[in-house]
Amino acid sequence: MFETLKMKLWQKKQYIKDIKNAPMREQFRGLPKLTNSICNGCEQCIKACPNNAISINPLKIDMAKCTLCGACKNFCVGAINFTNFYKLAADKPEKLIVTEEITPELYYQRAIEVRKEIYSIFNRSIKFRQVSAGGCNGCEMELNACGNANFDMGRFGIDFVASPRHADGIVITGPITKNMAYALEDCYKSTPDPKVVILCGTCAISGGVFKDSLELNREFLDKYKIDLYIPGCPVHPLTFINAILDFVRKK
Amino acid sequence: MNYYVMKNNQRINLLDIPTVNFESLRAQLIATNLRPIAFFGSDWGENIKLFVALADDEKGEILVTSSLIHKSIKEYESITKENSQYHMFEREFYEQFGIKPLNHPWLKPVRKNQDDYEFFEMQGAETHQVAVGPIHAGVIEPGHFRFNCQGEKVYNLEIMLGYQHRGVEDLMVKNPSNQLVESICGDSVIAYSSAYSQLIEALSETKITPRAEIIRRIALEMERIAIHIGDMGAILGDIAYLMGKETYAVTRTLVINTMLEVSGSRFIRGLTTVGGVNFDISADMSEKIISTLDYVKKTVDKMTNAALNSPTVISRLEKTGNISFESAQELNMVGLMARSCGLNIDSRFDFEDVYYKGIERKAFRATNDAYSRFRIRYKEVKDSIKIVKKLLEKLNKLGNQALITTPNCLVQNSFALSIVEGWRGEVVHIATTDESGKISRYKIKDPSFNNWWGLSIAVRNNGISDFPLCNKGFDLSYCGFDL
Ligand code: SF4
Ligand code: SF4
Repeated sequence: MFETLKMKLWQKKQYIKDIKNAPMREQFRGLPKLTNSICNGCEQCIKACPNNAISINPLKIDMAKCTLCGACKNFCVGAINFTNFYKLAADKPEKLIVTEEITPELYYQRAIEVRKEIYSIFNRSIKFRQVSAGGCNGCEMELNACGNANFDMGRFGIDFVASPRHADGIVITGPITKNMAYALEDCYKSTPDPKVVILCGTCAISGGVFKDSLELNREFLDKYKIDLYIPGCPVHPLTFINAILDFVRKK
Repeated sequence: MNYYVMKNNQRINLLDIPTVNFESLRAQLIATNLRPIAFFGSDWGENIKLFVALADDEKGEILVTSSLIHKSIKEYESITKENSQYHMFEREFYEQFGIKPLNHPWLKPVRKNQDDYEFFEMQGAETHQVAVGPIHAGVIEPGHFRFNCQGEKVYNLEIMLGYQHRGVEDLMVKNPSNQLVESICGDSVIAYSSAYSQLIEALSETKITPRAEIIRRIALEMERIAIHIGDMGAILGDIAYLMGKETYAVTRTLVINTMLEVSGSRFIRGLTTVGGVNFDISADMSEKIISTLDYVKKTVDKMTNAALNSPTVISRLEKTGNISFESAQELNMVGLMARSCGLNIDSRFDFEDVYYKGIERKAFRATNDAYSRFRIRYKEVKDSIKIVKKLLEKLNKLGNQALITTPNCLVQNSFALSIVEGWRGEVVHIATTDESGKISRYKIKDPSFNNWWGLSIAVRNNGISDFPLCNKGFDLSYCGFDL
């Protein structure tokens, strides 16, 4: 008992106070920074990218497909770099495309529009049912980390709940395998209206590294409206929490 | 016995692998006491070629053999009936090639055809079933658990998986990449990417620099430390000892954030590449790793001490989810879970690895229960911290060396096998090449493939409410199993 309490003192406070401006280590591969003038057209980046996420003339990276693996940069003469900017979520797939003009500020500014109805319905407190549909456990571990003592997502009124019946929306990870397609749809239908759908992780958004698999069934995405796209492979907890905070904000 | 004897990470010619008549192969597999690490088919013209690899842990050797089965043959007498270690392998082989092992005691789908799955059912007064999944209460991967209980007591747990099946083995033939390998099982990024890289390096006879080799192993041990600490927290979380849960969780963060500084990713993605590694560990960085690990060790020591001195913790862990040494062996369990049952197998040491030379292999006193599964993680965290320090020392002595060696083309008509001891246990990757030097078959075996059945044995005769505790102790992979 006393030993346990002593641990509390040893641990001190662990939470990140200002989650919206939390510092990120500079080595983190976040939003790409592209410079056309340095590109010599060697196409090494295109060859290096297994996800067809990058194109040249002009340089363009589609964050819907990019797993932020850094391979293109390793082969490039210096035209491709990565900032440590982690607020990567957007409400439309078009907004996920990064070109030379896109700075972190510009990207973030237009990424998620205020939706009055979201604020008035949920009043900033939102509960999710998470569905892993072929996710590799990378995104799942990061979503679990959102709730730990460092990030403490629960303090903002954002939580994962056990049943879709208690949820305001679902968060999908993974490329949606054939074997999970039914359960996913079932879960969606069991969630009471009004509800939101969020795609979390590159493979949920575009199939990612699994895009060529014959074992996927992504029909769900054609049928239902997607409210938010959160890129990353896996999605960093700060990316996720900030995405949701921006999504439910008032103005 | 008619086998070709090979080492870990070695390339051999396909022609060197003996092709034996199936009946005699079957007799050999029943007679041997070496454990199977692979048993899989490959399309071979009008035949199916069945490859079998056995591990001789004592000698550090791998025995490979094969047999041709004509496509018109649709059944054979199961091996499992005589040697239970083949039970999952035969089910998988049946599912992939449709050749039926007759009299297999449990011939159910592995990853496909879930609609036809027939569950085991128990009948009698007060018996009932509990069905859980595929979507679970927490944020975890999907799987279906079917409990047959009497009152609170679990008589049988049946585990149906396959929800995560993404056809990874086919993708690895069509378009293999580091990025894909890292996403097969995202909690064992380094184990998988090392196995893949070593395999391709073996197939292309590429020798990478010692610096790159050591950095890979440092990453492997850091992965082990991080996940083990996280799991110790998860185990305590499931018995509602929240101080432990949170303390371990934030301590794990320190480890993964240190690796972020090396590789740009908390799960060390992007570090490994065929031919070496993309990032170096500088002298400054290695000091940083050491000081972080010193602090981590201190915290883990204190926390573990507090937890294990708490009677409520001990009473929940001790004698929960027992699995005997004999069962573990019969089921062909591997890795961390096998060691927690007293089976001393660890491919880092069993198969010679020059970079682990001089590192002591410490014994573990197994008690085969949840308590054992908690303690072994603590032990391995301590061991791995020591190993990382030793490896860093070796690394700093090396001086400058290239991080990446350009790989050669793959040698035609070859077979290679790579085993890496990830935090769960042995991750086995095998590939064959065709006459044009392209990969023609890629086979993966995650330790979870062996160990899921162990979980179902462990919960027998336990209260159903202890299932989460047992499950966390095993912490098996769904996607590594489902592929
Ligand atoms: S960082 Fe993105 S664009 Fe570059 S190679 Fe990786 S996936 Fe492709
Ligand atoms: S986005 Fe990447 S990390 Fe997340 S589930 Fe998919 S493959 Fe895994």
